[in-house]
Amino acid sequence: MKFWRLPLDAEAHTIPHGKVNIIWNRCKGCGFCIEFCPNSCLKESKHFNAKGYHPPEVVLQAEDCVECGLCSLICPEFAIFTELKEAKEITEEDIQKVTIRYSRKDKRYQKR
Amino acid sequence: MKVKLREIVPFDKEAEEKAIQKDHGLHPDDKYLKPGRIPHIWCPGCGLGVVLTSFIEGMRRKGLSVDQCAVVSGIGCTGRVAGYLDMDTYHTTHGRAIPFATGLALAKPDLHVTVFSGDGDLFAIGGNHMIHAARRNVNLKVLCVNNFNFGMTGGQVAPTTPLEARTSTTPLGNAEPGFNLPYLAHAAGAIYVARWTTFHPRQLVHSISESLGKKGFTFIEAIAPCPTGYGRPNKLGSGLEEMRYYREMSQIRNGADLRDTEIRLREKIIVGTFINTDRPDFMENYMGKVVARARAKGKGKEKGKAA
Repeated sequence: MKFWRLPLDAEAHTIPHGKVNIIWNRCKGCGFCIEFCPNSCLKESKHFNAKGYHPPEVVLQAEDCVECGLCSLICPEFAIFTELKEAKEITEEDIQKVTIRYSRKDKRYQKR
Repeated sequence: MKVKLREIVPFDKEAEEKAIQKDHGLHPDDKYLKPGRIPHIWCPGCGLGVVLTSFIEGMRRKGLSVDQCAVVSGIGCTGRVAGYLDMDTYHTTHGRAIPFATGLALAKPDLHVTVFSGDGDLFAIGGNHMIHAARRNVNLKVLCVNNFNFGMTGGQVAPTTPLEARTSTTPLGNAEPGFNLPYLAHAAGAIYVARWTTFHPRQLVHSISESLGKKGFTFIEAIAPCPTGYGRPNKLGSGLEEMRYYREMSQIRNGADLRDTEIRLREKIIVGTFINTDRPDFMENYMGKVVARARAKGKGKEKGKAA
C-alpha cells in the first residue's frame, strides 16, 4: 500500500502524542502492556523494582505513543497511565511513516 | 428518591505530591480505589485487575459517580473487589451476593447495583440464587469473572471447568463438562448477555457501560487468565501466554446462537454481545400488578366504611 499524497481532510485530524507514566513499584511484571501496545512503545526494563519484577520502560521512539490508553486499560495493577502531551498536525512525513509501517519495512513491526 | 452526590476528589494528597516528585502522578483510577489498598493480592498475570479497571472505566463512561453505584461481591479472589473499590461495597458470605444485592436493589431502586463475583461463587454455591434472580428480572448487573476454577482455595474443580481440564482435584482430567454460562443466563431470563475475555478490554468497557444503562437483570461473563490455578496444570503457560491464546482463539460473533458458545479446553472461544432485549423488571411488575391492586382494594373498603 502506498500513500502518495496527504488525505484531503488532513486538516480536520490531529495526531495525539502522549506521555507514558509508569508507577514503578506497583508493577508485577506480567508484560501485558509490552505485548499489546499497538505502537510497540514499551519494552522490559533491565532494572528491578522493589518487588523484584522488571517493569516496562519507554523505548527511545517515545513520540510513537498516540495516547490510545490501552496500556492503562489492560494493566491489572493500576501501574501505568498515559497523558495527552500535544496534538500534532498531520504532515507528509507522518504519511511516510504510516507507509513504512504498513509495508513492514520497519524492523519493530516485523514480528507481527 | 433523591441520591445525594459526592464529588470525587483525589484521596491522598501527600501520596500524590510524592508521586509527582517521582515524575508521575497518581493513577487516574486511584480515586475509585480505597486508599492504601493497592497493590492488590492478585497474582502476576491474573486478569482480575483488567476486569476491575474495565468496570471503573465503564462507570466513568456512563457518567456515574460513586454514590450512584453499589458493588456486592461474594467469596473468592474476585470477592476481594469489594475491599478495593472506594464506594458502597459489600463482601457477603459464600454464594449469597445475589440475595443481598436483590434486597439492596429493591430497597433503593435508583441505585446501580452490580454483583461482581467469580464463577465459583455465582454458579457453584450461588447457582440457584442466580437463576431465580434472572427469572424475576431483578434490576441487577451481574459481572461474572470466569477463570475456570476455584482460585483462592488452591485451584479445585469448579462448575465451569471444561471437560478433560486438569485441576488440583482432578489430576487426571475433569470428567464433567462445564456450564455454558451465557446460555444458562439467557435460559433463566437475563435481558442482556455478553461474554468477553480480558484481551477485549474495550469491548468489555462498552458492554459494562451499556448494561449499566439497562433496567433488569444483565449478565456479563469476563474470561480471565488464572496462571496459578488453571494455567499451570493445563500447561497454558503464564498470564501473558493465556492472553495470546485469547487473541488467537477468540472469535467475535455478536448475536450468536448460544447453543454453540460452550468452552472446551484449547478450542475456540466465541465472544460477543449475545442477547440485548427488554422486558418489565421485577419492580415494575410488582408495583404495577400487585401494589396497584392492593391500593384499589383498600380504597374500595374505605368507601364502603364511609357509606
